[in-house]
Amino acid sequence: MTARIIQANQAPFQTVHVDPVTLDIIENALRNARIEMDATLVRTAMSPGIREQGDAFPLIADHKGKMIVGQFGSYIGPFLDGFDGTVEDGDLIFLSDPYSVGGAISHCNDWLVLLPVFKDGRLIAYTSMFGHQSDIGGMVPGSMPIHATEIFQEGVRIPPVKIWKKGEYNEDLIKLVMHQSRTPDWCKADLNALIASCRVAAHRVVEMVERFGDDVFVSATDMLLERNHRAMKHLIESSIGEDKVSFEDYICDDGMGCGPYKIKCTMWRENGRVVLDFAGTDPQSKASINMLLNENMMRMFFGIYMIMIFDPQILFNDGYYDLIDVRIPEGSLLKPKFPAALSGRTHVLGRLFDILGGLLGQKTPEFLNAAGFSSSPHLFYAGHDKAGKWFQLFQIGFGGIPGRPLGDGPDGHSLFPGFTNVPNEFLERYFPLEIVRYETVADSGGAGLHRGGNGINMVYRFLESGVIAIHDDRWFVPPWGVNGGLPGKRAKKILTKADGTRIVVGNKLEDYPVEAGDELQFITWGGGGWGDPLDREPALLAKELKQGLVTAEGAKDYGVVLVNGSVDDAATQALRSEMRAVRGAVPVFNFGPDIEELRRNCLAETGLPAPTAPQWATLSNGALAEAAA
Amino acid sequence: MTYRLGVDVGGTFTDLLLFNQENGEFWRHKTPSTPHDSSEGILNGVTAVCEKGGIAPSDVEFFLHGTTVATNAVLEGKGARVGLITTDGYRQVMQIARSFVPGGLAGWIVWPKPEPLAALEDTFEIAGRMNARGEETAPIDEAQIRSVLETLKASGVEALTVALINAYLNGAHEVRVAELAAEIMPDVPISLSHLVLPEMQEYERTLTTVANAAVRPVVGKYVRNLRSRLRGAGMAGSLSLLRSDGGLMSSEKSEEHPVSLLMSGPAGGVTGAIWVGRNAGIRNILTLDVGGTSTDVALIEDLEARRQRTTEVGHLSVRASALDVKTVGAGGGSIAYVPELTKALRVGPQSAGAVPGPVAYGKGGTAPTVTDANVVLGYLPENLLGGTFKLDREGARTAVQTIADALGIGLMEAARGIIDIVNENMFGALRMISVQQGYDPRDFAVMGFGGAGPLHVNAVARLMGSWPAVSPVSPGVLCALGDATTRMRTETARSFSQRVADTGEDQVLTLLEEMARQTRAELVAEGIADADITSQFELDVRYEGQAFEVPLSIDPETLKADGLAGVTARFDAEHLRLFTFNMDSAHELVNLRAVAMGPALELPSPPLEKGDGNPIRAKIRDHELWTGSAMQAAVIYDRAKLLAGDVIPGPAVVTEMDSTTLIEADCIGTVDHAGNILINLA
Repeated sequence: MTARIIQANQAPFQTVHVDPVTLDIIENALRNARIEMDATLVRTAMSPGIREQGDAFPLIADHKGKMIVGQFGSYIGPFLDGFDGTVEDGDLIFLSDPYSVGGAISHCNDWLVLLPVFKDGRLIAYTSMFGHQSDIGGMVPGSMPIHATEIFQEGVRIPPVKIWKKGEYNEDLIKLVMHQSRTPDWCKADLNALIASCRVAAHRVVEMVERFGDDVFVSATDMLLERNHRAMKHLIESSIGEDKVSFEDYICDDGMGCGPYKIKCTMWRENGRVVLDFAGTDPQSKASINMLLNENMMRMFFGIYMIMIFDPQILFNDGYYDLIDVRIPEGSLLKPKFPAALSGRTHVLGRLFDILGGLLGQKTPEFLNAAGFSSSPHLFYAGHDKAGKWFQLFQIGFGGIPGRPLGDGPDGHSLFPGFTNVPNEFLERYFPLEIVRYETVADSGGAGLHRGGNGINMVYRFLESGVIAIHDDRWFVPPWGVNGGLPGKRAKKILTKADGTRIVVGNKLEDYPVEAGDELQFITWGGGGWGDPLDREPALLAKELKQGLVTAEGAKDYGVVLVNGSVDDAATQALRSEMRAVRGAVPVFNFGPDIEELRRNCLAETGLPAPTAPQWATLSNGALAEAAA
Repeated sequence: MTYRLGVDVGGTFTDLLLFNQENGEFWRHKTPSTPHDSSEGILNGVTAVCEKGGIAPSDVEFFLHGTTVATNAVLEGKGARVGLITTDGYRQVMQIARSFVPGGLAGWIVWPKPEPLAALEDTFEIAGRMNARGEETAPIDEAQIRSVLETLKASGVEALTVALINAYLNGAHEVRVAELAAEIMPDVPISLSHLVLPEMQEYERTLTTVANAAVRPVVGKYVRNLRSRLRGAGMAGSLSLLRSDGGLMSSEKSEEHPVSLLMSGPAGGVTGAIWVGRNAGIRNILTLDVGGTSTDVALIEDLEARRQRTTEVGHLSVRASALDVKTVGAGGGSIAYVPELTKALRVGPQSAGAVPGPVAYGKGGTAPTVTDANVVLGYLPENLLGGTFKLDREGARTAVQTIADALGIGLMEAARGIIDIVNENMFGALRMISVQQGYDPRDFAVMGFGGAGPLHVNAVARLMGSWPAVSPVSPGVLCALGDATTRMRTETARSFSQRVADTGEDQVLTLLEEMARQTRAELVAEGIADADITSQFELDVRYEGQAFEVPLSIDPETLKADGLAGVTARFDAEHLRLFTFNMDSAHELVNLRAVAMGPALELPSPPLEKGDGNPIRAKIRDHELWTGSAMQAAVIYDRAKLLAGDVIPGPAVVTEMDSTTLIEADCIGTVDHAGNILINLA
């Protein structure tokens, strides 16, 4: 089954010559249109997740559905393949069910709108955008239940349907969908914002086509894809070897006591193409940490990382997809079987970026970055205030950026594109809470010539009783360091009751009751270090001690002895020689202790019991066994 | 006779414009800037321009000045060393900022994080807390504050900033810190966040206050030095500086609140364009100010420039009113290149700057720039600056040829490609401020100024469909003209953050009137009669929960007559225009502002002698230029000899002291009664 494109005008586009200048002008104009999509969205959306934090992703694609400008690559191809319906002038398609689009969007919270752009009866482009909704119903406020075992528990699932069908608005559909949400006003505004953004971009595309002509526009988009294909082909040949390299990393736990879960990827070049093979990745989880990974999305991630690491000059689009072969075992954490729960996929998503960095840099350590893409930590806080009014907070936090070839990782910044924090005064004004502290955690960034960025300690004082939920990772398996850099410190969450009782709570926590006056320390991970910490300028440590970014004790990881705020040169030299002698050669990767040692020390170090190794016995089928192998 | 003198100090030149307020007669002068001490260049210019006008400096009643001194202090990190006092738990507010990393996915790999404007080691926390209703929930500890201030004093900070959480609602704690600071470190200037910016959002408020503190000593020193030099030269008139929002403020006020000067430079051109537009009878204008490294664009609707609440300087986004000027890294010095892997043609944002500059300037530049392409195509034919400056045409051709070779196309095609791309970048910026804001560009004219604006304005007008393309009289000194012709302005703002439905009209009016009194008093203190002051209110409205407020300007009478219902109705209309939809959500009144403006000046432009329509008297010589497909015969004219009513068929080039206007083939330039060249399609 595949979508049927209905066009009043069947005349095919003619391939025409486009001069290089016009080509660049069209590319530029498309990029401007995409910027306009972002601006429209941020201005009109209402949920803090989108309006303050920017959790939304636009794209403009050609008439075949290939992304020309955008962020995460096109999901339109897989959508068209799986859509048993028509695409017509005046349609606006709406969906949220990952299983309907091969994982092109990865959990039901992301609502996607797709606008086919017609001109003179011919389909000439698509504009599309998806954004994270604050609540779509289901078991828990925020609709990302950690304990869900089926996607049916994760709120409303929207298969591809039409909000506008040949120009006719389906109000009943919107009523039905909004009825499922605990925050219908936010969802309505955010959906409006997504649609307005797509319409703005569609206008721009039509203006552009009118200016340059249909055939020139279509030929130009073909050429842009081709140009990117050529650049990436060259880049792949010069940067990816034919020998296989593997990398594996972990998701700490599934929120139901099991973990860690392994993700493994092997990469090699074969006949001019790159193979990314996820064989060896653990089978799917019974809980909601699965990620239905779309192959095209993985291609885009890979391409962007290649470009950013090796040649940031290249502008990316979908043109190079056929150069990447993505193989994901069925039934694995990355390709779970319907109806596996998916809402907690953010941890896997983050970890994929660490894995990409580890894979690409292995043979070229000078380009290698440390780890730090923990996840996108979430806090939910919901309840009724004294006036009986429902409040519901969904907030995304940030940790430390990894140490990089360029320099130190920034403290407490976002690895996800376009995200910003919410001003604390805004939170205090609109939610019943106070932010008592908002600072980075000294020493949490892994030591290195370029240290990892520090994680954040954000202390919430709740002013109303309610429930909280937490989604975070990297609390058990630390973010690794590279080229001699040490791992970053792990995440931690501590609840202090009004009577002073301290409770270390889980980093994946569901429906946990809090009382007015309780304080939550929401501590995120630090980035891994880059390069030999024993080579870091000692004066920098003295400065950072003064700045509160490291402590005198933490400076010892750099072999630097600080006495009364100043470097003790002799002691530093002695300590550094001793450390050099003891540690021997510096490995490319420093993962910290192995999993068994982490388990043994877990309670003492983290205040939480170690997760138990996941068991796959109940899942007996051939594909799974293979995936587990 | 009353004379106004506008002075704009740029990186290379200081522009002066002496204006006879009675009859609109003016004299202009350009003199090299003197970066080590700008007042030197200014004084040179003052002497020269007064001589031209046949007056003594003492005849100048108003000295009006646009300056980038504050901007450069921020951009070059030459601001003062600022000590910052924050609330307990918020020491790293500047370090964490908004956690935003530019550049998209994996952008963090290549992002150099800028250092905070107030160093973390100079930032200290104090106890004490206000809640989100402005109530004290924890008291301050004076002993602790004293000890922090002593430490800061000993550390040698040059300016002090206090930015406490929720101070926008209650500044009592900040005030007490300031009192103690005045006692302990009396010589250090203090900026308090609730005074500089009484608005929600701790990072933005802190940053703005720190930025203010950082540039204060630099601006103060600059202004005091300039004032004494001018006084020394016999000038007794008032000295005012141009604010980022296009209004003037006294030099004394700007010493206190220099954060309002950060976009002073670009604002001058926009206010100049308003003056030109008023006299030319063109009320809707898109401005195109093309400099060496960048281009500034702005939108003027009915002779009012659009304003915005943020000022972008480098990587910083400071909350201070500014004209809505967008900047793109595309100017005469922008470098063209062809990346190895993609074989695409890129222009900018790297720039050859003033040094080494374009190849054609013969100062050692080797990279092909936009100016070089203009030279190759014949658009920039004559000696710049009246003959003292020779262009290296061969060098330009050689440089542009490297682009042609990399792309496998001809020299002229490559040169035209560079121009097309840079025009496209300007077009993109103009679209952002017009189409994206719901304006139809066909209702606007485009005015090109700055050294290279008139070279590009015809092509950009064609892309926009905005006619006529205007090359104003004196395009090279339009900023100075703007400095000379705008009015005094001041404003004050408050966070309000209440639903309109829960708000009493009286409450809003009382508050606004109090704010109006405050702003009027400021102008009265500057010597303006209360009767000459106009007050205006601005209300920022949004649907409850939105991040984006729509600022609505309203005069006190209309507000009283139509009430808040009139305000929300206007908001709905504006929202529909901007975003194509309305919502049934509650309206929220976010911020209130009161603006006071000095008297508007009726400054006519002097009429240009009328000619017979034939520009032949101004012809310098015959010429050839590239029209997109071939070389075509063209004529070069001397702008000084053009008369009103002259009709110039394209292709043609009009040169003057500091600028060159290109009239493209199939277009016609007409000289209006004031000397502006209006270009339309033939």
